[in-house]
Amino acid sequence: MTATLAHPDLRPSAAPRVRLAAEQVRLAYGETVVVDGLDLELVDGSFTAVVGPNGCGKSTLLRALGRLLRPTSGQVVLDGKPIAKTPTREVARVLGMLPQTPIAPEGLTVADLVARGRHPHQSWLRQWSRDDEDVVAEALRWTDMAEFADRPVDALSGGQRQRAWISMALAQGTDLLLLDEPTTYLDLSHQIDVLDLVARLHAERGRTVAVVLHDLNLAARYAQRLVAMKNGVVVAAGTPAEVLTEQLLADVFDLEARVITDPVSGTPMVVPVRRLR
Amino acid sequence: MTSTISTRGPGVRTDRRRTVRVGPFSGVVRTRQLLLPVVALVALVLVSAVSLGRGDYPIGLGDVLRTLVGLGDPTQQFIVTELRAPRIVVGVLVGLALGLSGALIQTFARNPLASPDTLGINAGASAAAVAVIVLGGGSGAAAGLLGGLGLPAAALLGGLLVALLIFALAWRQGVDGYRLVLVGVGLSAVGFALVDWLLTRSDIQDAAAATVWLTGSLNARTWDQAWPLGLALAVLLPVALALSRQLGVLQFGEDTARALGVRVGATQAVVVLVAVALAAVAVAAAGPVQFVALVVPQVAVRLAGGSRPPLLASALLGAVLVVGADLLARTVLPVALPVGIVTAVVGAPYLLWLLVRGRRSITV
Repeated sequence: MTATLAHPDLRPSAAPRVRLAAEQVRLAYGETVVVDGLDLELVDGSFTAVVGPNGCGKSTLLRALGRLLRPTSGQVVLDGKPIAKTPTREVARVLGMLPQTPIAPEGLTVADLVARGRHPHQSWLRQWSRDDEDVVAEALRWTDMAEFADRPVDALSGGQRQRAWISMALAQGTDLLLLDEPTTYLDLSHQIDVLDLVARLHAERGRTVAVVLHDLNLAARYAQRLVAMKNGVVVAAGTPAEVLTEQLLADVFDLEARVITDPVSGTPMVVPVRRLR
Repeated sequence: MTSTISTRGPGVRTDRRRTVRVGPFSGVVRTRQLLLPVVALVALVLVSAVSLGRGDYPIGLGDVLRTLVGLGDPTQQFIVTELRAPRIVVGVLVGLALGLSGALIQTFARNPLASPDTLGINAGASAAAVAVIVLGGGSGAAAGLLGGLGLPAAALLGGLLVALLIFALAWRQGVDGYRLVLVGVGLSAVGFALVDWLLTRSDIQDAAAATVWLTGSLNARTWDQAWPLGLALAVLLPVALALSRQLGVLQFGEDTARALGVRVGATQAVVVLVAVALAAVAVAAAGPVQFVALVVPQVAVRLAGGSRPPLLASALLGAVLVVGADLLARTVLPVALPVGIVTAVVGAPYLLWLLVRGRRSITV
C-alpha cells in the first residue's frame, strides 16, 4: 500500500514489502508431484495473475499459497512467518481465499454467506458485533448485493453468485486475496463484471490480489504482473508486455499466435493462429 | 444489515433476525430458530407428563405433577418414580442423544442420508448385543467375556469399535463426507450380516429376545440405564453446542472452512467423535431405535428454517419423537409394540410429507 511506502522509516529506494512467498515448494497429490522447487513472491499492493495451460499446477500453487495444501517440501511464508506455523485463524484475518467452485449450503441467504466472512474475527462470546454488522453491510453495498441480501444463494445467477462470494471475501477484511478462476462458467460480460470488481478491490481497497485466470487477454488487461507456469514451474514472470510474447505462447501453450496491442487498454492481446504440434 | 431485514425476494420466506448485544456478548437471534426449541421443550414436558400417568394403573395429570414434587400417596409415588419415570427418562435421553447425533453427522457429512443408522454404529452395537443374548448362556471365552459385560456395555463397545473402524478407514487428512457414508454403509452391512448369522444359530427364545432388542425398546428400563446416559449427555451436549459456529463454516466444504480460519481436521474429529459417542450410548440404553437420528434433523431444519439442522431443536424433537412414540405404543395401539417400530411408522411419513410439501429438495 502506498501509505506504508510513504512512511519515513522506509528509504525511498526500499523494495516493496513481500507479503506472501513460496520458497522452493514441492506440491504433490499422493505420489503425483504437481509443482517442484517453485519460488514466487507477492509484494504488497500488487495484482498478479497466474496463467498457464490446463494441469500446469497453477490452481495447486494457489491452494498452497492459501495454506489449503501443505507442501511436501519447501514452505510458504506470510509476512515473514512460515504459514504452516501460524494459527489458521490468524492467517484468516490477513489472507482470504476463494476456491474455484465454492459450495454454499442450500437455503443459505446472501446475507448469511457474507456474514460468514467474519468468522475469523468472531468468538463464542463475540458472535455478531457492531463491527461485524457494519463491515458486512458495507461489503454487500460495495458489491451491489444489498438488494439480494435475503435471497438464497442457490437462487442467484452465476454472476450474482460470484459477486456474493467476493462480497464474503471482502467482509473477511484481509489485506491479501487469492482467487482461483473466479470467472469460470461466466459469460464474457459477467467475466468483465467480476474482474472489474476485483480490480476495484485492488485499486480502491488496497488489496494485494493474486488470481488464477485462463483468459490471457483479460489477465493482461487487469493484472500488473503475470506469472506463466508450465509443468509445475514458473517459466516467465513480469509485466504483461514482458511475459506475453509470441515465443512464450509457443513454448508454454503450444500456440502459434500474434501479439498485438489491445485497442482499449493498450496491453498485449493474443490473437491465436493455430495449435503447434 | 439492520436488526431486521424487510426486503424480500418473491416467494422467499426468510427468518426475522434480531441483533442481541449484552455486555461483551453479541449475537443474532432468529425468531423461528429460537422459538422451535421452546415449543419442543413444552411438548416434551407435556408428552412426558401424560406418559407418566398412562398404563395399567392410570394416574391423572394433577396427581402425576403432585407425585413429582413428592406430594403423592405412596402407591402412586412408587408407580411413577420407580416404574414409569425411568422408562420415560431413558426415552427422553435416548431421543436427545439420537436427534443431536443425527444433526451433527448430517451437517458434517453434508448428506441427509448420513446418520448413526446408516454409518454402522447401530449395526456394530446390535451385533455385540445380539452376541451377548445368543452366546451369553453358552461357553467359550468370547461368550464369557461378553456375557460378563452385560448388554448395554457390550452394545456400547460394539458401537465404539465400529466408530474406530470408520475413522481408520475414512480418515485421509480429514474426513470426506461421502467417503464417511460409504464406509459406514459397508460396515453396516457387515454388522447386520453378523446379527443374521447369530440369529440363525440361536434358539427360539434367544432369537425372540434379540429381535425385541433390535427393534429398540424402552420396556423394563430402570435408573441403571438412565444414569450413564444422563452423564454422557451432560458432557457431550455442551461440547456439541459449542461446536455450532464451526459446523456452520464446515458446511462450506473443507477449503472454504480452512480459508475462514477453521482448524478443519481437529474440528471434524471432535464432531464425529461426539456424534458417534452419543449414538453409541443411546443404542446401549434402548437398542437401535430406528429413524430418529435420520428423520428428526430434517424435520427440525424444515420447521426452523436456515441452512442446516439446528442442534438443540433436533435433540429436543428427538426426545419428543421417542417419548411420544413410546406413549403411542403403550396406550393407543392394541398390542404393546417396541418403540422403534412406532418411531419408524410415525417418523417416515412425516418426513415424506415435509418433502412433498416443501420448496427445497433435501437439506443438510
